[in-house]
Amino acid sequence: MEKMSRVTTALGGSALTGRTMHCHLDAPANAISVCRDAAQVVVAGRSIFKIYAIEDEQFVEKLNLRVGRKPSLNLSCADVVWHQMDENLLATAATNGVVVTWNLGRPSRNKQDQLFTEHKRTVNKVCFHPTEAHVLLSGSQDGFMKCFDLRRKDSVSTFSGQSESVRDVQFSIRDYFTFASTFENGNVQLWDIRRPDRCERMFTAHNGPVFCCDWHPEDRGWLATGGRDKMVKVWDMTTHRAKEVHCVQTIASVARVKWRPECRHHLATCSMMVDHNIYVWDVRRPFVPAAMFEEHRDVTTGIAWRHPHDPSFLLSGSKDSTLCQHLFRDASQPVERANPEGLCYGLFGDLAFAAKESLVSAESGRKPCAGDRRHPIFFKRKLDPAEPFVGLASSALSVFEMEPSSGSMSWFVDTAERYALAGRPLAELCDHNAKVARELGRNQVAQTWTMLRIIYSSPGLASAASLNHSVGKGSSYGLPLMNSFNLKDMAPGLGSETRLDRSKGDTRSDTVLLDSSTTLITNEDNEETEGSDVPADYLLGDVEGEEDELYLLDPEHAHTEEPEYVLPQEAFPLRHEIVDTPPGPEHLQDKADSPHVSGSEADAASLAPVDSSFSLISVSHALYDTRLPPDFFSALVCDMLRFYAEQGDVQMAVSVLIVLGERVRKDIDEQTQEHWYTSYIDLLQRFCLWNVSNQVVKLSTSRAISCLNQASTTLHVNCSHCKRPMSSRGWVCDRCHRCASMCAVCHHVVKGLFVWCQGCSHGGHLQHIMKWLEGSSHCPAGCGHLCEYS
Amino acid sequence: MAEGENEVRWDGLCSRDSTTRETALENIKQTILRKTEYLRSVKETPLRPSDGLSNAVSLDGLNKLLAHLLMLSKRCPFKDVREKTEFILKSVQELGIRIPRPLGHGPSRFIPEKEILQVGSEDAQMHTLFADSFAALGRLDNITLVMVFHPQYLESFLKTQHYLLQMDGPLPLHYRHYIGIMAAARHQCSYLVNLHVNDFLHVGGDPKWLNGLENAPQKLQNLGELNKVLAHRPWLITKEHIEGLLKAEEHSWSLAELVHAVVLLTHYHSLASFTFGCGISPEIHCDGGHTFRPPSVSNYCICDITNGNHSVDEMQVNSAGNVSVSDSFFEVEALMEKMRQLQECRDEEEASQEEMASRFEIEKRESMFVFSSDDEEVTPARDVSRHFEDTSYGYKDFSRHGMHVPTFRVQDYCWEDHGYSLVNRLYPDVGQLIDEKFHIAYNLTYNTMAMHKDVDTSMLRRAIWNYIHCMFGIRYDDYDYGEINQLLDRSFKVYIKTVVCTPEKVTKRMYDSFWRQFKHSEKVHVNLLLIEARMQAELLYALRAITRYMT
Repeated sequence: MEKMSRVTTALGGSALTGRTMHCHLDAPANAISVCRDAAQVVVAGRSIFKIYAIEDEQFVEKLNLRVGRKPSLNLSCADVVWHQMDENLLATAATNGVVVTWNLGRPSRNKQDQLFTEHKRTVNKVCFHPTEAHVLLSGSQDGFMKCFDLRRKDSVSTFSGQSESVRDVQFSIRDYFTFASTFENGNVQLWDIRRPDRCERMFTAHNGPVFCCDWHPEDRGWLATGGRDKMVKVWDMTTHRAKEVHCVQTIASVARVKWRPECRHHLATCSMMVDHNIYVWDVRRPFVPAAMFEEHRDVTTGIAWRHPHDPSFLLSGSKDSTLCQHLFRDASQPVERANPEGLCYGLFGDLAFAAKESLVSAESGRKPCAGDRRHPIFFKRKLDPAEPFVGLASSALSVFEMEPSSGSMSWFVDTAERYALAGRPLAELCDHNAKVARELGRNQVAQTWTMLRIIYSSPGLASAASLNHSVGKGSSYGLPLMNSFNLKDMAPGLGSETRLDRSKGDTRSDTVLLDSSTTLITNEDNEETEGSDVPADYLLGDVEGEEDELYLLDPEHAHTEEPEYVLPQEAFPLRHEIVDTPPGPEHLQDKADSPHVSGSEADAASLAPVDSSFSLISVSHALYDTRLPPDFFSALVCDMLRFYAEQGDVQMAVSVLIVLGERVRKDIDEQTQEHWYTSYIDLLQRFCLWNVSNQVVKLSTSRAISCLNQASTTLHVNCSHCKRPMSSRGWVCDRCHRCASMCAVCHHVVKGLFVWCQGCSHGGHLQHIMKWLEGSSHCPAGCGHLCEYS
Repeated sequence: MAEGENEVRWDGLCSRDSTTRETALENIKQTILRKTEYLRSVKETPLRPSDGLSNAVSLDGLNKLLAHLLMLSKRCPFKDVREKTEFILKSVQELGIRIPRPLGHGPSRFIPEKEILQVGSEDAQMHTLFADSFAALGRLDNITLVMVFHPQYLESFLKTQHYLLQMDGPLPLHYRHYIGIMAAARHQCSYLVNLHVNDFLHVGGDPKWLNGLENAPQKLQNLGELNKVLAHRPWLITKEHIEGLLKAEEHSWSLAELVHAVVLLTHYHSLASFTFGCGISPEIHCDGGHTFRPPSVSNYCICDITNGNHSVDEMQVNSAGNVSVSDSFFEVEALMEKMRQLQECRDEEEASQEEMASRFEIEKRESMFVFSSDDEEVTPARDVSRHFEDTSYGYKDFSRHGMHVPTFRVQDYCWEDHGYSLVNRLYPDVGQLIDEKFHIAYNLTYNTMAMHKDVDTSMLRRAIWNYIHCMFGIRYDDYDYGEINQLLDRSFKVYIKTVVCTPEKVTKRMYDSFWRQFKHSEKVHVNLLLIEARMQAELLYALRAITRYMT
């Protein structure tokens, strides 16, 4: 069989046969190379140097070139290359700096032919001339490249890169005299083999070492380079200056790169660290690899396409001591696993949604019904038939816009800006915030603030009155705070209605009735809105759940703390009018029936509606009279915070957390707090409320949050005179020894707010620049730059 | 006396703005004078028993402030601060309070003070460096003052250190300093420990932790083992060590944190080497850096004793040094001659492969006999030893060690290809910074040797670098270890070995006895090579273990 395939390739056909397979080597491989007949592969490493025949079903060891009893460093190979013209000729680069050639035609067991010991350091790469039989090129750690004529005992010419170690050398396939070399300092050089004195061309290709390069087999001027900076770049060398035509960002440093035969835009890469897979990229789609081979368990050190005209067989050697043949059709295609769906909320409630086209078209019949109020806008990318992955990962994008009126998040911004979080006594803060909330029509929030104030600060004389007052007002607006997304006209009305009823403090049966009707309507609502992707049910459900949660714990408290609870009974008459102040004390009763407190049901019943609805107030009285520690409520308050956060109003949760400070902090676990803080800060920043967000960061006690202010505080600036980065901190440029913070308008040194253009580095006093740019669009320094101020 | 108003704020002094500094200075002056006045008044009134304690406390506080002032008056890169602080000290003295004076002999005990750059006489570039360092740390430490022999390196060093300690990173600030303390304590380097104890407290670390590792969180305690092995026998690090740290339930480290910690550990191990290798004196404001006693009383500092470094010693060495001037002159000549020979005959004489392999083994084996004669155990000073346990664990020779540890081949795992990628992946930007630092240290040369100019020292530098790696069992396939024997003489090897492996045993005698004719700046240069090579060796072993864990 082996012979057959040999015959076919020799005939010029590409009828290679084989399957994905691997064989175990005795030691890690450093490099592999294929014989031109595509039927043999040589594997070289520190302690291995063998030739394997590639058969249909398996690799067969043909020859072990590592002969002799004593291991010699000459045999510790960093690289190996098989001559593409002569089947008997091989060359290896040894880690100790020796270049060895091997002649398989030698009759003896030792096939070693010639030994060149001219390099002083490790030789990283050897390369035969693609057409010339006797020309060998080597690149070494000592920074030199040497060209050997195999008919002579020493090198013909030495090329000095004048920079650091050479990592790769490659003869151009098309240009007879040209070769490329890559360097540890990021440079790539082009040499003419006849001119060893200096390189033809040099450019910086990568940041950090360039580990490998490969000439395109067909496109004359294309050179692919891979570097430690995790990039593969394709350069067009035909132009006057090397031009970067493609760039692929991989996830690890690129150790080898090889163009795929017969596929103009494909190349295979493997990595030196961390990542063990081999990727085949289409350079035009640089984000998702076209194919991926995942067989290896350790880093892949060598890759080679089996035949220069067959794109489907890839061979690879690895540190995990295996040699693999990969079949392209067995490769895993990340595209298939890619999830082409995406969903994102805009700041003002817009919703963008991308999905597989097939899905979208299937659903399009249902679209109109959801349409009316939200206006879906469809974007469809015009498909380029030449593009890879057609039909695999194309998706359609639809955007749903909010109705302008309902989408307003102004309450959020207003609240964020007007809330007072610190700097005053607790009572004042609460009052202030309650007032803010009330003015914005968020009565429940206002109510909460007022209650917090009662719980945590000593009783003010006016407290009862103000409490009452706020409630009276509150129930008349009663727009549920998070209803902004709720587009049903009836929903807000419904919400306020139920609330009104509840706060009337009617008998229990009434409420239950009402409640069930609420749920009923809510359910209807759900069904209506189902198709529209908007979680209206969620919001409504929450409005309901709100009180539940708030008072969930109350009965428990009531029972556990019974003695104290009974004590202050005499205070009731005085405060009787406030009984109905809590937005929904009846709920306590609902809850009392629920399994939660079933054990103490009897007790709850005996307390009777009046009693239990008193719970909150009476307890707060107990606080005044007997100096109950505010800790008493902390569980309740924490639940309240959790409820707000759950409901989406993380603003409230964080604000209360900050205002109450030590009083509740210990009762909520760090992680939750952190989570709230980050969400709130994220929201604030999306609304550009930088000052508020900064204040929140500053006031937060969570370590992870306060760190935010200390991270990335460096600002890199250019000197406005010499346009080069200012290395010293301070404002004097050490190159031109001038102060860099001069105002371009008034030519004075700016102290205080300094604004400058990121394009031309000129700037000055905020006021001056603002005024200047009102009248002119050019830079005030006269550099001709079109500055923008926004 | 409420503590609030007496809080002295030093941070204003770090500003580049002279008016800010001026206000800060004025505030400091007011506070200190107020304190002084108070103390004086207390002294004059008859002592009440209850006052005794608080009086002592406030005197202690004042003394600390005065020591800090003294440090500023000597070491602040800003002239106005130096002058003003000196003035404050004087006025305090006039009020009848005893003021401190610096102890010892400048930043280094090995290098005469006059050789070292005086603060205030630096050029613009160095001034920028100093100002940066001062602004970041609020001080200009002795290490900086010694390293400024090589400003190019110093810049990279400070940048890296600043990034490691103060910039974005996975570990909280006080952890970083605590890890620094742990690492320095492994080598009983009280200098670094003192510095970082201050910093640790400054960033809000829990003082309780300082009583010993067992008081620190379990997470840091777990790091103790890695610290120990890394400091003394890095070749024993296995992926099990790494796994143990990463999989420890709620005390486990994340990979990024671990890399940060490893970089910090190696940084401070090698910095401890530098501290001892260059005989860095205690900071003026730290214990042992100043005294309140008048000059007449015999002066010594603790570190001198622990290093067996009495002033008597210095005398002997000095006299010995003077005698052998002519000897040492020939030393340099001989070294240069050898380098020339090696350069020339390299092509001719071809050593066989076996020969090369055995040379490495010989060098490795020999390195273990290279040890200073005074091998007696030095008991670490009490305050340092509490930061680490298992004091008996020290450097054991790579080759002497019982079980066979395979040689580490650089060609299979090197910093440029592998280590860098791993560090940069897990702790972005740091790989780049360390890479730069290695490069600068390795390639730094002024093409001079003692009194000779235009010398290619690359061979010598490579020999030193590879010798250090050889001691850690790291082998370069492409290096002929015979060169080391030719280029490094015994006293130099003793010095290298001691600095790298057991820095706490370095004495001035060792420092003086190698390369007697070379300049101090060149000896500091050697130290830079030593610490960077050591850091790289430790990093290679640690990172290889992490890589193995990950695959």
